[in-house]
Amino acid sequence: MKIHKYDTVIVGAGGAGMRAAIEATKRSRTAVLTKLYPTRSHTGAAQGGMAAALANVEDDNWEWHTFDTVKGGDYLVDQDAAEILAKEAIDAVLDLEKMGLPFNRTPDGTIDQRRFGGHSRNHGEAPVRRSCYAADRTGHMILQTLYQNCVKEGVEFFNEFYVLDQLLVEVDGVKKSAGVVAYELATGEIHIFQAKAVIYASGGTGKFFKVTSNAHTLTGDGQAACYRRGLPLEDMEFFQFHPTGIWRMGILLTEGARGEGGILRNKDGERFMEKYAPVMKDLASRDVVSRSIYTEIREGRGCGPAGDHVYLDLTHLPPEQLDAKLPDITEFARTYLGIEPYTDPIPIQPTAHYAMGGIPTNVEGEVLADNTTVVPGLYAAGEVACVSVHGANRLGTNSLLDINVFGKRSGIAAAKYSAENDFVELPENPAQQVADLVEHLRNSTGKERVADLRLELQETMDACVMVFRTEQTIKTAVEKIAELRERYKNVSVQDKGKRFNTDLLEAIELGNLLDLAEVMAVSALARKESRGGHYREDYPNRDDVNFMRHTMAYREVGADGKDSVRLDYKPVVVTRYQPMERKY
Amino acid sequence: MATPTLDKMEAAAAASPFITVTFRIRRFNPEISDESTWQDFQVEIDPKERVLDGLHKIKWDLDGTLTFRRSCAHGICGSDAMRINGKNRLACKTLIKDINPEKPITVEAIKGLTVMKDLVVDMEPFFQAYRDVMPFLVTKGNEPTRERLQSAEDRERFDDTTKCILCAACTSSCPVFWNDGQYFGPAAIVNAHRFIFDSRDEAGEQRLEILNDKDGVWRCRTTFNCTDACPRGIEVTKAIQEVKRALITRRF
Repeated sequence: MKIHKYDTVIVGAGGAGMRAAIEATKRSRTAVLTKLYPTRSHTGAAQGGMAAALANVEDDNWEWHTFDTVKGGDYLVDQDAAEILAKEAIDAVLDLEKMGLPFNRTPDGTIDQRRFGGHSRNHGEAPVRRSCYAADRTGHMILQTLYQNCVKEGVEFFNEFYVLDQLLVEVDGVKKSAGVVAYELATGEIHIFQAKAVIYASGGTGKFFKVTSNAHTLTGDGQAACYRRGLPLEDMEFFQFHPTGIWRMGILLTEGARGEGGILRNKDGERFMEKYAPVMKDLASRDVVSRSIYTEIREGRGCGPAGDHVYLDLTHLPPEQLDAKLPDITEFARTYLGIEPYTDPIPIQPTAHYAMGGIPTNVEGEVLADNTTVVPGLYAAGEVACVSVHGANRLGTNSLLDINVFGKRSGIAAAKYSAENDFVELPENPAQQVADLVEHLRNSTGKERVADLRLELQETMDACVMVFRTEQTIKTAVEKIAELRERYKNVSVQDKGKRFNTDLLEAIELGNLLDLAEVMAVSALARKESRGGHYREDYPNRDDVNFMRHTMAYREVGADGKDSVRLDYKPVVVTRYQPMERKY
Repeated sequence: MATPTLDKMEAAAAASPFITVTFRIRRFNPEISDESTWQDFQVEIDPKERVLDGLHKIKWDLDGTLTFRRSCAHGICGSDAMRINGKNRLACKTLIKDINPEKPITVEAIKGLTVMKDLVVDMEPFFQAYRDVMPFLVTKGNEPTRERLQSAEDRERFDDTTKCILCAACTSSCPVFWNDGQYFGPAAIVNAHRFIFDSRDEAGEQRLEILNDKDGVWRCRTTFNCTDACPRGIEVTKAIQEVKRALITRRF
């Protein structure tokens, strides 16, 4: 066991982590611990763009962007946070441009902008061009640009260090962050990182679904580490299903394809979104479009022999436009489906895409231990966090924005905290929990296999808590997850070695997914309404009287040692916008 | 709206698509032996699946000790460059049907970097070469309040080299790099190119001097292995040639 001491430790090297690192490294001695090499993060898979009301190509302003974000989130958004997001978006884009990001340009040489779902002119009048983009590789460019600037600033990375535990120590009755415990993949060694401030930026948890746009490595590691130490998780029932994943594979095809003029069609060739969203049509918010697609499929208008998908039609767009604006997704269609998008429509289905919920934070990125109390020294930003700027449904292009705005904010805030505070003494045997976990999995002779349990979990989640949910399906999920968590105790790995033991890593990741799936299902069961990404067929309407509030889920351990999820609620911050019916 | 291709594809998918494929994988684990060995695995797989899917089937159903890196599984993150049938490719972007599944499919670690275990190599020297070319925008003078302006043509000038995902497929396909790990390698030069030809950048001369070194661009023997290997379709050799030309003409 090795002990390291840093002012600031950042967990994760995707967009939020590296944006935070650029700020924190300038101001404090910072280490970035990352499960993957920095440029492997799933930020790089984001395609369509980053929203900011630059008004480079048409009239726009941050207030309209704030409104769209609040409405898109079905009024579960904390409006003070959304206002910060929309206001600081402009500087966030300009920061990236100055760091070197190669945005597409207008004929005037300014940053070009395009349409995206849910982003509108003057509170819903018509679609607006707000998304700043670099072809359909905006996430790739952001990730590369941030890494380039980390190299420039001399950011210190610990690559392939997997953080498994959050150390919390009570000092004078206040729970404070003392550091983290990490597992070094190359050697199997356990490392303690004592730090004055810790920032989680470890991304989402989409891998508990089978059809997902998420990377294999998105297993909710940061959420699980905090949750197991008694910290709450907010709004975990809200998960976004992106309308256009490649049929069966789930690979993302950007909403930018519809922003460029792409159309969704059913088996009759009908542009069905005209029925569901007369104004915004194919560019309604993602939850609306995903539900519309499944409604078409359920009512027998899906495509293919099984009628289990619809088409994304780009055939009316000029090939030059596809080549210039959508080169990657057209290549995905060719590579993975053998389809030529110039001439043939692309079979798509909704794909599990983004966790709106996560570790609750305030607008400085400080993690909350309950509805109001901050955990001193602990921060979170990006998909792992819930600020909440996305509410019940995130707008496209607001996640690349979120990681930049709140990555920067948390980096600055954490470094300031490090400068003003001392180290918290490490608890006794700080590595104990991780050592026990690793030893248990390495030595287990149980008969359960990781791949089997994971597949059963994913199939359960796809069947029971996807786009449409009912009390019955969610209860089925809760029961199945409980069974899988029980069986997980008997999981064993074949690789008993220390060196690059990815077999062990996958077992640990599965444990995280199971815990978080339980939180999600339990939170979803209790929310007896439909809002944004959470759609209950048995409660099809939004219920602002009883449910315009954030879910806060806590892990409770009973006297018998069994754990369960306890739910509490937190009020939504409302500033300008009273809830209205949501129409696109 | 044309659909015939799709109908054909879906009809084909309705019949049992699975075939038996042999994966011949070069295994290495210094915890067990200093020698690497070839091991065969038989896998039932749909030929439209990826090599990565085959590796997952082996890891998840047959042998959990098989070790490789992967993340996004659709050719964006750059984790899973490996040598498949003797050619550098991304396992997640290579479909079984495209690499003659009737014969054993050989899979081994990329060359020129130290193998740590099975298909996992030490990426540190690769990233060091990248860091050495100053892979970041350098500008002088006062920052403008708004964005720097750049014409669409100037933006297009370096578009190709912005696509790099640092997977190392190019560098580890280069015979010069195999023989001498001191050579910067194609990926580092590609990333230098990306900034040298960016109209906003003002450190082109410095980067050119770095690449004028004995381990720099002049080591390139124009074998085009790098261009063939690039899973992003970057014209790597052309980019290297442009850097060489810029060194001679000092125009970029």
